[in-house]
Amino acid sequence: MSETKALESMIGEDYKYGFSTDVEYEDFPKGISEDVVRLISAKKNEPEWMTEFRLKAYRAWTEMEEPSWFNATYKKPKFDTLQYYSAPKNKPKLDSLDDVDPNIRETYEKLGIPLDEQKMLSGVAVDAVFDSVSIFTTFKEKLAEAGVIFCSISEAIKNHPELVKKYMGSVVPIRDNFYAALNSAVFSDGSFCYVPKDTICPMELSTYFRINNMNSGQFERTLIIAEENSHVSYLEGCTAPMYDENQLHAAVVELIALDDAEIKYSTIQNWYAGDEDGKGGIYNFVTKRGACRGKNSKISWTQLETGSAVTLKYPSVILQGDNSVGEFFSVAVTSKRQQADTGTKMIHIGKNTKSTIISKGISAGNSNNSYRGEVKISKKAENARNYSQCDSMLIGQTCGAHTFPYIESANPTGKVEHEATTSRVGEDQIFYLQQRGISEDDAISLIVNGFCKEVLKELPMEFAVEANKLLGIKLEGSVG
Amino acid sequence: MLELKDLHAEVEGEGIEILKGVNLTVTKGEIHAIMGPNGSGKSTLAKVVAGHPEYEVTKGDILFNGESILELDPDERAHAGVFLAFQYPVEVPGVTNNTLLRESYNTIAASRGREEMDPLEFDDYIREKLDLVEMNPDFLERSVNAGFSGGEKKRNEIFQMAVLQPTLSLLDETDSGLDIDALKIVSQGINKLHGDDDAVVLITHYQRLLNYIVPDQVHVMIGGRIVKTGGKELALELEERGYDWLESLATVNGEAK
Repeated sequence: MSETKALESMIGEDYKYGFSTDVEYEDFPKGISEDVVRLISAKKNEPEWMTEFRLKAYRAWTEMEEPSWFNATYKKPKFDTLQYYSAPKNKPKLDSLDDVDPNIRETYEKLGIPLDEQKMLSGVAVDAVFDSVSIFTTFKEKLAEAGVIFCSISEAIKNHPELVKKYMGSVVPIRDNFYAALNSAVFSDGSFCYVPKDTICPMELSTYFRINNMNSGQFERTLIIAEENSHVSYLEGCTAPMYDENQLHAAVVELIALDDAEIKYSTIQNWYAGDEDGKGGIYNFVTKRGACRGKNSKISWTQLETGSAVTLKYPSVILQGDNSVGEFFSVAVTSKRQQADTGTKMIHIGKNTKSTIISKGISAGNSNNSYRGEVKISKKAENARNYSQCDSMLIGQTCGAHTFPYIESANPTGKVEHEATTSRVGEDQIFYLQQRGISEDDAISLIVNGFCKEVLKELPMEFAVEANKLLGIKLEGSVG
Repeated sequence: MLELKDLHAEVEGEGIEILKGVNLTVTKGEIHAIMGPNGSGKSTLAKVVAGHPEYEVTKGDILFNGESILELDPDERAHAGVFLAFQYPVEVPGVTNNTLLRESYNTIAASRGREEMDPLEFDDYIREKLDLVEMNPDFLERSVNAGFSGGEKKRNEIFQMAVLQPTLSLLDETDSGLDIDALKIVSQGINKLHGDDDAVVLITHYQRLLNYIVPDQVHVMIGGRIVKTGGKELALELEERGYDWLESLATVNGEAK
C-alpha cells in the first residue's frame, strides 16, 4: 500500500481523534476561588509550600487583565463556570498498567498510543495525561537505570520536592502573564523530567495529552531540567474530542539547560479545531519558555501546530549562558476558521549567543495565521547573532497570513537578519503536478511538504512520518 | 490517437473565446507541428487538451484513442497517456525532481495496472534517462525547477517525458530559450523517445526546430483555428513569407479573427 493510499484511508473521518470516552468523573466544584485552589492541592496531597505557590499565583491572577493584543477574535472563556480539575473516578495506581481503567487504556490504543511497553514504538517513553491526571508513564525502570527521572509532575512534587522547589516558576514566574498565573494556581498534572550530569537520555521522552471531559480546562505543567553536559529529546502530542463548546488548554512548560546541556522539545499539536463555521474547538493558550542557563547550552523548539480553534503560543529561549544557542522551528497550519498567532522570543543576554528562527505558516479556508516574533539583544550580549526566516503560504482566496517581527538591539556588535516571503499555492502549480499524474489533494500535500521541509526534518525520526500524514489530511480538499 | 472536433474553448468565467473551432487528427507514430503568430491560441490548445481548469470547452470534443476525455481531470488525462511539456515550467520548492518523478511514475503505473518501482529500482531506471538529455545526476536532488536556468527547465521537461513514457506528447515551445547546443540535445532526445506507438505535437514559432525534428504535418493556427495544413515544406514557406498571406484565411467566414 502506497503512502498515498494510506492517506486516503484515513480521510473521510476528517478529525479522527474526535471521539470521547465514557468515564465516570470524581465530583469537583465548578468555578474558581481560593477554596477551589486549596481543594486541588488537597486532592493531590501536596505539601504546604506547593499550596502556597498556588495561592500566591491565584491572588496574582485575580489582579491581572485578560490580554487582547493578539491577532485573533474569539468568545472569552467563562472562568467562573469552568471546571478546573477533572479526574476519572477509577483512580489508577500508577505502578501497574493493569490498574488503569480499561476504557482509558482503550482510548490511548485508539489514538495509536498503546501503553503496553511491548507494543510501543521502541525507544520512546510515554507519559499519558488524561484530562487532569497522569495515567501512566512507560519505561520508568529503564530510564531510572540511566539516572533519568521521568514521571508526572504530581509524583515529582512528592518524591523530588527539592528539584521542583528550585526550578518551578524560575523560567516562567507566576506573574508572567494572565494564563501562566492561572496555570500556576490550578495546574493539575503534567510531566517532569530530570537528566543528571554527563548523561545522554537513552530514549525519546514523550507526553501524550488528551482532553476528554467537555467542561474541563486542561492546565498542565511541564518541567524539564538538563544538568551539565546532558542531552534529552522530548515530544508532546495532543488531541481532544469534538464538542460544540470551546475548551481551554492553558499549559506552562519550563526548560532549564545548564552548562553544555542540550534540550530538544518537539510538539505535534492536533487539538480539535472546531467545525467549518468555527463552532467548538480548543483554545490553546500556552506559555513555553526555556532558559539556557549554562555556557554552551542549547535549547531547540520544534512545533507542528495543526489543531485548535485559537492558538496563542510563543515558545521562547532566554540565552543567559555565554555561547548558548536557541532554535525555533515551526510549521503552523490553519484551515476552516482557525486562528493562530504564534512565534517565538529569543532573548540574548550572554556573549556570543546565537539564535535561529525558521517559521512556516500555511493558511487555507477562512483561517488567519500570524507569525509574531521578538529578538532582543541586551546590552551585555557581545557578538550575539540571530537569523530569522518567516515564510507564509496561502491556499485559496479567503485566508490571511501576517508577520509581526520585533527586533530590539542594545548592543552594537549584535547581528540580526530577517527574511520573509509570502507565496500562494497557485492553480498553475497544482495543474503542473496534476499533469504529471498526481491528484489534486496529493499535489497540495506535496507542495506543502516541500514548503515545510526545513522544519519537518527537525522532528524526531519516529514522528516524522506521522507529521507528513497529518499535513496531508489537514489540507485535504482545501482548494475549491 | 488524438482527434479534435470543432473544438471551442474560452477562459473560464470571462467569456473570451480563444479556440474557435479547431479540427485536428493525429495518428499513432506521427509528429505534427503547430505554428502561428503570437496570440493565435497554440498554447491554449495544448492546455485545453491537457485539461487546464482555467479554460472551459464550450463546444466540440477531444477524443483520445477514440474516447472523449472532456470529463477527465488533468491527472486522469496524464494516466491515459497525455503529457504536456510546459512553455513555462512551474517551480516546486522543497520537492526534489527525484521525489516528484517517482510519485508521478508510480501513480501512472498503478493507474495502468503496472508494477510500481521501489526507490532503488527507480534510481537505476531514472539514471538511464538522464543520459538522454545529457543531464548531471545532481539534478535529481534539486528542487523541481527552482533556481533552474530557462534552458535547464526545458530540458527537465523532456527528461520527465522520457521517464513517464507518454503516448501523446504536447511540447509547448520547448525550443524557445534553448541555445543551439541545447536545442540539438533536446531534439535528439525527442527523436529517440518517439516511436511507432506514440505521437508528438510540437508547438513552435521557429522553423529551426524542424531541422532537427522532421514533422509529418505542419499546421498553421491563426485566430483560434487551423487555417492551413501541409508537409514539412510549409514551415520553410512560413519562414520566408511570414503569416500575413494567411491572415485572410482566418476571416473566411466573415468573422474577425
